Amino acid sequence: MAKVPVQFTLNGAEKAEFIDSGTTLLHALRDKIGDTSPKGGCHQGTCGACSVIIDGELRLSCLTLAETCNGATIATTTGLAEGGVLHPLQCAFLDAFATQCGFCTPGMIMAAKVLLDQTPNPSREDVVEALSGNICRCTGYEPIIQAVLSAARSNSQNAA
Amino acid sequence: MAIRRGRGVAAINYPTGMNLGGDPTQALVHSTPTGNFMVTLSSVDLGQGMKQIMAQICAETIGVPTDRVVVDTADTDTGPHCMGTFASRGTHRAGNAVIQAAREARQVMLEVAAEELEVNASDLETDGQGNILVKGAPQKSISIFDVALSAHFKRGRSISGRGMFLIPRSYPEKETGAMKPSTCYAHACTVAEVEVDDETGEVTVLTVKNVFEIGRALNPKMVEQQLVGGSWMGISHALYETTEPYYPNRDHGGTDFNQYLMPGPGDLAETEIIVLERPSADGPYGAKGPGEMCANPQIPAVANAVFDAVGVRIDTLPITPERILRALKAQAPN
Repeated sequence: MAKVPVQFTLNGAEKAEFIDSGTTLLHALRDKIGDTSPKGGCHQGTCGACSVIIDGELRLSCLTLAETCNGATIATTTGLAEGGVLHPLQCAFLDAFATQCGFCTPGMIMAAKVLLDQTPNPSREDVVEALSGNICRCTGYEPIIQAVLSAARSNSQNAA
Repeated sequence: MAIRRGRGVAAINYPTGMNLGGDPTQALVHSTPTGNFMVTLSSVDLGQGMKQIMAQICAETIGVPTDRVVVDTADTDTGPHCMGTFASRGTHRAGNAVIQAAREARQVMLEVAAEELEVNASDLETDGQGNILVKGAPQKSISIFDVALSAHFKRGRSISGRGMFLIPRSYPEKETGAMKPSTCYAHACTVAEVEVDDETGEVTVLTVKNVFEIGRALNPKMVEQQLVGGSWMGISHALYETTEPYYPNRDHGGTDFNQYLMPGPGDLAETEIIVLERPSADGPYGAKGPGEMCANPQIPAVANAVFDAVGVRIDTLPITPERILRALKAQAPN
């Protein structure tokens, strides 16, 4: 079967690949481009570990066909740190001990980033709602909720 | 028909590790030429923090900062033997092995330093910052960096050590059945408060208050992290999670997260954690295994709370609305 060209911006860099038609964005990112930060948990949209940001919106990369992303701007956890300096959300996850095995963490951070981009001062209910599509086995969620609230607080302090 | 409230309590006594015909873990420690220390294990870090704890134990024993220790885990082709990271045995078994290996490496390190400083090795101590000093005369000192260089390039010594921790196999006594499967026990107690809707069978856990007795907390923040996550997991096991809802019949077995239910961040009970530290006699620096038991007492506590609320004993997990409604129906007068 003929390969399909696909071109998009990933974490600020232009990417162009030839893929098989029907390839998921998750597969293209991990196995073609080599960005393994989105994780394949369930491959059917129920766990949230593969979450990425496409044109500012949270998407499940396991349910997104790569060929529908032509011209899109995609962000993954790999692109969050700038010049070795961690993103405030990454720092907050570390400080709150919000990660154990780490498998859900990239999806959690992407979900939290979209929330904070759209709602800089979220309530606890906002955070719970934003994370409700992401499953975590280890933490019991509370440290993750606290990390997101803490990142929001430090963002608003920096902005003030 | 009403929403009924109940409270349940449960306590557990949890053995650290298990004895499958002897329970061994081995460890190797060696220094690099620049005086960093490498711990080699076959034990796995699966997110519980094995690497951090082993680095702390090695650093404490040798007398160097924790960031001078690198831990390599889990290549069973090449590493020293470990029974595995399960049954909460990792910290206790591997930690003891690391202490033994680190003590032997420390002894070689002090012997090399003694040759360099022309003193007796027994007169030396470490400052925990990467230096070896003469006791009572700290102006006479050498850095561990220089000791490692000397060992490698001048003295022809290997600053290394071997560690082995084995709980021997315990056989039951023929007459009484008495045996000693474990040498170290952690403890926990949970009080759970629930609401049960006796029309729908739905259970809501309002609060869980847990006390854990876990020996010495070698890394208190990581202990707390385990206990908070474990408490949630216990509730999840009590009420939701199962691969075999109609065991042993597989017909309705869950195949994915649509059917294998796990609560999300919106379903959290108010959770309290209290840690009691009673250092164990044979644990590394007094540690026990808090890992697995942190998800255990919530299950009987929730079952007891359901009984307190609506008067039915559910003895099959998870405690689903269906099981509660069937039990209520069975006990109702005709």
